[in-house]
Amino acid sequence: MAEKEVSIADIANRSQLFEEELKGETMTINMGPSHPATHGVLRLKLEMDGEYITKCDPVIGYLHRGSEKIAENMTYTQFIPYTDRLDYLACVHNNVAFALAVEKLAKLDVPERCAAIRVLCCELARLASHLLGVGVYGMDCGALTVFMYTFTEREKIYSRLEELTGARLTNSYARIGGLARDIPDGWLGKVLETIESCERCIDDCDKLLTRNKIFYDRTVGVGVISKADAIAYGLSGPNARASGVTTDLRKDKPYSGYEKYEFDVPIGKEGDCYDRWLVRVVEMKESIRIIRQVVDTMPNGLWYNDEAKRIVAPRKDKVLTSMEELIQNFMIVTEGPQIPEGEAYFEAENPKGWLGFYLVSKGGGVPYRLKIRAPSFCNLSILPKLLVGHLVPDIPVILGSFDFVMGDCDR
Amino acid sequence: MDWTYIFFTVLKAVIMVTIFMSIAGYTVVAERKVASWIQERPGPNRTTLPIILAIPVIGRIVTRLGLIQLPADGGKFLFKEDPFPGHVNKVYFILAPIVALIPALTTMTVLPFGEITRDGVTVPLVLANLDVGMLFILAFSSLGVYGIILAGWASNSKYPFLGGIRASAQVISYELAMGMSLLPVFMWAGGTLNLFDLVEAQSGLLFGCLPKWMIFFQPVSALLFLTALFAETNRLPFDMPESETDLVAGFNTEYGAFKFGLFFVGEYAHVTMGSALFVVLFLGGWSLWPLNIFGLVDYPAGILGAVLSALVFMLKTFCLIFFFLWIRWTLPRFRYDQIMNLGWKRLLPIAIANFVVYAIAMAVYIRFFNQA
Repeated sequence: MAEKEVSIADIANRSQLFEEELKGETMTINMGPSHPATHGVLRLKLEMDGEYITKCDPVIGYLHRGSEKIAENMTYTQFIPYTDRLDYLACVHNNVAFALAVEKLAKLDVPERCAAIRVLCCELARLASHLLGVGVYGMDCGALTVFMYTFTEREKIYSRLEELTGARLTNSYARIGGLARDIPDGWLGKVLETIESCERCIDDCDKLLTRNKIFYDRTVGVGVISKADAIAYGLSGPNARASGVTTDLRKDKPYSGYEKYEFDVPIGKEGDCYDRWLVRVVEMKESIRIIRQVVDTMPNGLWYNDEAKRIVAPRKDKVLTSMEELIQNFMIVTEGPQIPEGEAYFEAENPKGWLGFYLVSKGGGVPYRLKIRAPSFCNLSILPKLLVGHLVPDIPVILGSFDFVMGDCDR
Repeated sequence: MDWTYIFFTVLKAVIMVTIFMSIAGYTVVAERKVASWIQERPGPNRTTLPIILAIPVIGRIVTRLGLIQLPADGGKFLFKEDPFPGHVNKVYFILAPIVALIPALTTMTVLPFGEITRDGVTVPLVLANLDVGMLFILAFSSLGVYGIILAGWASNSKYPFLGGIRASAQVISYELAMGMSLLPVFMWAGGTLNLFDLVEAQSGLLFGCLPKWMIFFQPVSALLFLTALFAETNRLPFDMPESETDLVAGFNTEYGAFKFGLFFVGEYAHVTMGSALFVVLFLGGWSLWPLNIFGLVDYPAGILGAVLSALVFMLKTFCLIFFFLWIRWTLPRFRYDQIMNLGWKRLLPIAIANFVVYAIAMAVYIRFFNQA
C-alpha cells in the first residue's frame, strides 16, 4: 500500500492561502460620546475583529467652548473663572497655574504666605482629583465600592475648599498677584483632619485593589506605553511617570515655593495600567506629606502683593474707606490688570499632567493671544496606537488609567 | 386522578411561585440595601405610601428599610411605555425575557424546601419529588442562557450582540465544570439524584459535633460549584454579558419597561434558585446544625415542623444570597478571555481530577473496608 506522506508544514502552508477568507469581516462599533467608559464626551470609532480592536479613531471636540478665543475678549482677571472649566476636577490648580503664567509675564512676585496657600490648594486639588481618578478607575474595572469610598473623601476636601473659596467645584480662588482672600480661622486644623481621613481611605483602597488578583490580572501588561513612546507622544504627569519618565515640574522647575517642601516623585517601570494605578496611589500619599509640611510652616503676612498697584486689586475694606484704593480698584475693574508688553510660557504640574499657558500681551488689561497646553489632550493622543490589539473590556481599564478630563482636552 | 388533587397541586404551585417571586423581588431590594451598607450610604429609604406612614411605628421602619421600593419599582416597570426600537426582530425580542425567567421558575418545582412528618412518615415539601431532580435542574437552568442569546440576537444592535456572544460562550463553559463538580457529591450520597434523599443523607453528626454537610466532605466540589454558580447567574465578577463599563448594559441595552423588568427579576430568580440549590447540595438543606448537637435531631411532627424546616432552609438561603451580594460589591470584574481561561484551564481540570480522586478513593474503600 502506497503511503501518502502528509506533512504538517504543508497543511499549514495551505491554510495560509485561505487566510484572507478565514478572517471574515471586521465590525465597526461606535463608543461614545455618551458611554460610561469614556468619562465624558470622548468618542471612539473602533474597528473590531471579534472582541479585538484593530483600529481606533478618537473623535474629540464635543466639549469645545473656545476658551482660548474667549480669553482675547476679556481681562486677565475675568478669565480666571474660565480656567475652572478646563480640568474641572482640579479647579484651584488651574487658577493658580494661570495666575502664575500672568505673573511670569508681568515679572511679579507674590508674598510667601500667598505662595504657601497656593501650594496647599494645589495639593488639595491634586488629592481630590486623584481620589476621583482612582475611584473611577476602580469602577471601570468593576469594583464599584472603591469609587464610593473615594468620592466621600473628595467631598470632604471640597467642603474645605468651599470654606476657603466659597465654591465647591468652580473655585476661582487665585488672582493675578495674589489670592481672592486669606484662609479663615481654624481652617488649617480642619485640613489636617480631612487629610487624615483621606489617608485612611487611600489605605483602604490600597488594600481592596492593589493586591487583588482580579484587579492585578486586569491591569498588569494592559496598555503598556514604553518610555520612548511616552516622550514621543508628549505624555506628561502620572501617565508619563508610570512609563518611567522622570518628570515632575514641581521638582524640575519648582514654582510657588515647591522647592521648600520634601516629597518623592513615584516613577513606574513597565508603563502598564497597574503602574499608572500605583503611581497615583503613591502620589496621593506624597500630596498628603506636602500638605502637612505646608500647614506646619505656614508663614504670616499678606496674601497678595500690595506693591503692584496697577495689577492687584486692593482689599474690599480699604476700597470702601480710602480714596486712593477706590481709584485703584476702579482702574483695575474697568481696564484690567496692566500687564506689560511681551510673551511668556508657563506650565505647572497639574494632577493630569503639564498644564501650560502661552500668553502674548500687547500691553493693557486684555491678553492678545492665549494658548493652553492641555494635559488630557496630549495624553489622549496615544490612544490610536495604544488601543490596537486590546480587547473591548480593556478599553474602560485603559481609559480609566489615563484619568483624563474632556473639558481639559476640548477646551 | 380526582379533581381535588389537581386543585391542591395548582394551589400549591401558585403559593410557591408567589413566595419564590417575592423572595427574588426582595433580593433586588436587599441588593440595594447591602450595597448601600457596604458603601456607607442610606440606600432606598423614602419610597412610601401615605397609608403606610399612617401606621404608627412600623410604617416608618418599613419605609426606612425600603420595603415599599419593590412594589414601586414593579409598578414603574409596568406603567412605563414599552418601546420597540425599529430595528429589532419583534418575535424573538418579546420571547427573550420570557425565556430568561421561565427556567428559574421551572427548576423551583423540584427543589425541596422542608419536610413534614405525618403518621411517622417523613415526606419533603416539594412540588414534584423527582428521582432525577438534579438532572432536571441542570437541564432547565442551562436553558436560561437562551434568553440572553435571543435578546442579543433579536436586538439587532452591536452592544447587545457582543453581550449575547459572551453569555453563550461563558455559560456553556461553566456548565461543564458545574456538572463535573457535582458528580462526586452524588456518588458520595449513594448514587441518588433525588434532592430529598441528598438532604436526608446530610442529616446527622460527624464526630458528634460537626454536621454531616456535604461541604465538609466535598470542599473542592463546593468551591467549584459556587464559582460556576456565579458564572451561570452572570453575577459580578462574571457579569460579562452586561458588563456596564464597556457594553453599556450588554444584552438588555435595547430593552425597557416590563421586558427589562423580566430580565432583572430573572437574574435575581436565578440567584435565589442558585443559593437554594447550594444549600440543598452542600449545606444540609434544612438540617439545623447547632441544635442537633443537643439532641434536637428531628423536627416536630405536623405543620409546626414543616414551617420550622422551611424557615431554617430560607435562613440558610438568605445567608448565601447575602454572600452573592457581598461579592458583587467587593470584587472587580474579570475580563472575558480570563473567564474562559479560568473555566476551561482551571475549573474543568480540577473538577475532573476531583471526580477521579473521589471515584478511586470510594472504590478502594468499598472494595477493602466495606463489603456493602
